[in-house]
Amino acid sequence: MHNFEFVKPSTVEEAVAALQSDEAQPMSGGQTLLPTMKQRLAAPEKLVSLTGIASMQGVSAVGGVLTIGGATTHATVATEAAAHYPGLAGLAAHIGDPAVRNRGTIGGSLANNDPAACYPSAALGSGATIVTNAREIAADDYFQGMFTTALEEGEIVTGVRFPIPQASNYQKFEQPASRFALTGVFVAKYADGVRVAVTGASEEGVFRWTEAEAALSANFSPDAIEGLSVSADGMIGDLHGTPAYRAHLIKVLTKRAVAAAS
Amino acid sequence: MSKISMTVNGKSVSGEVEGRTLLVEFLREDLKLTGTHVGCDTSQCGACTVHVDGKQVKSCTMFAAEADGAEVKTIEGEANADGSLSVVQQAFQDYHGLQCGFCTPGMVMAATALLGKNPKPTELEIREHLEGNICRCTGYHNIVKAIMAASGQDVPAVAAE
Ligand SMILES: Cc1cc2nc3c(=O)[nH]c(=O)nc-3n(C[C@H](O)[C@H](O)[C@H](O)COP(=O)(O)OP(=O)(O)OC[C@H]3O[C@@H](n4cnc5c(N)ncnc54)[C@H](O)[C@@H]3O)c2cc1C
Ligand code: FES
Ligand code: FES
Repeated sequence: MHNFEFVKPSTVEEAVAALQSDEAQPMSGGQTLLPTMKQRLAAPEKLVSLTGIASMQGVSAVGGVLTIGGATTHATVATEAAAHYPGLAGLAAHIGDPAVRNRGTIGGSLANNDPAACYPSAALGSGATIVTNAREIAADDYFQGMFTTALEEGEIVTGVRFPIPQASNYQKFEQPASRFALTGVFVAKYADGVRVAVTGASEEGVFRWTEAEAALSANFSPDAIEGLSVSADGMIGDLHGTPAYRAHLIKVLTKRAVAAAS
Repeated sequence: MSKISMTVNGKSVSGEVEGRTLLVEFLREDLKLTGTHVGCDTSQCGACTVHVDGKQVKSCTMFAAEADGAEVKTIEGEANADGSLSVVQQAFQDYHGLQCGFCTPGMVMAATALLGKNPKPTELEIREHLEGNICRCTGYHNIVKAIMAASGQDVPAVAAE
């Protein structure tokens, strides 16, 4: 790994200032970035740790909205969101393994937007708002394809606001070696309709399955999507699963998520 | 280079590290605590598991500088004060929870983290908790039995035997 300067600011303002210099990069849990740096696929000259910023930590629920600080770990979300938003807490509780969950953060996951990551499906499936140091971005505008988001250079995800649904569930078909989602589906039922977001499947990254949303908004039961199918066009194909296999999984997992939603 | 200080197994330590120095490098190479193993160096195997502020982490996937000021516990801090094996370590020996022993420091640190939060885990909870700890020798059953025994529960006749 190339060497770098390590800085650990205690406020968002200091972090944003530290990120102004060329070749500076933020790091939260490092559970994605650190392995990437070992491979020299990333080589920042300055690494700005976001783990010392108190205002980016924690989970709170007020008026039907769950707010999570950008540097909150998966383990903390798994425990602290459980009473408010069990579908989201359940997702966080099954990311990677316990050690990954003790370091990895929601902000890091959403900034990275890995096509097989879990959190992007929850953010899109909840119609969440991504809060940065500069602005607020609706999830529908935030995810822009594999590893691509609306974030600008040096912009930090400081928090995420999730409208709390009436019922929700995440079904992850685990890729057994990486423990990421081979395909994952997040279903959330709100008073004004159902949202279905799919991760791990599309070459475009996380996406909404709008036909299923319409069918489930009319009738929230697994049978409601029986007649629908997902096209294999544009789905990921690799040694773990063909595009057709992933397309098939989307429907199976959506049904399971609806059946399990609580 | 910058100076860092932390508590490791109850003792205050400090050292000079580069930004890129991994916590596991600091533990093994600077502090000579070689009980923590590096199995993969790619965040997959859990052999390098230690506790930082009471939480298990992969020390190959954390910079030493991130642990500045923290309380770290490694396998060297696991035995009882009189040098005898801890309950978890003794159970690994009694139930043959190791063969080559390479994964064992990480397994023991993962197990103690689990029992700290959940003193009577089910067999399924133990298996789920060990998701990030890979063992090439034992086939896991005896590790699960050891953790059941260490938690004072009956040791099940596990599946696939
Ligand atoms: C063994 C293993 C298994 C895993 N399994 C899963 C899984 O099942 N599901 C899953 O979803 N993920 C999984 N992950 C990934 C894990 O969840 C990561 O923690 C997460 O994707 C990134 O979060 P982080 O805080 O570690 O980010 P980092 O690694 O610190 O950063 C990732 C990227 O985001 C940028 N960044 C970090 N924080 C911010 C911020 N607040 N604002 C803007 N940019 C930021 C960094 O510059 C970097 O480019 C796994 C990882 C490992 C090692
Ligand atoms: S050596 Fe750290 S996870 Fe394998
Ligand atoms: S005992 Fe050999 S790897 Fe686990």
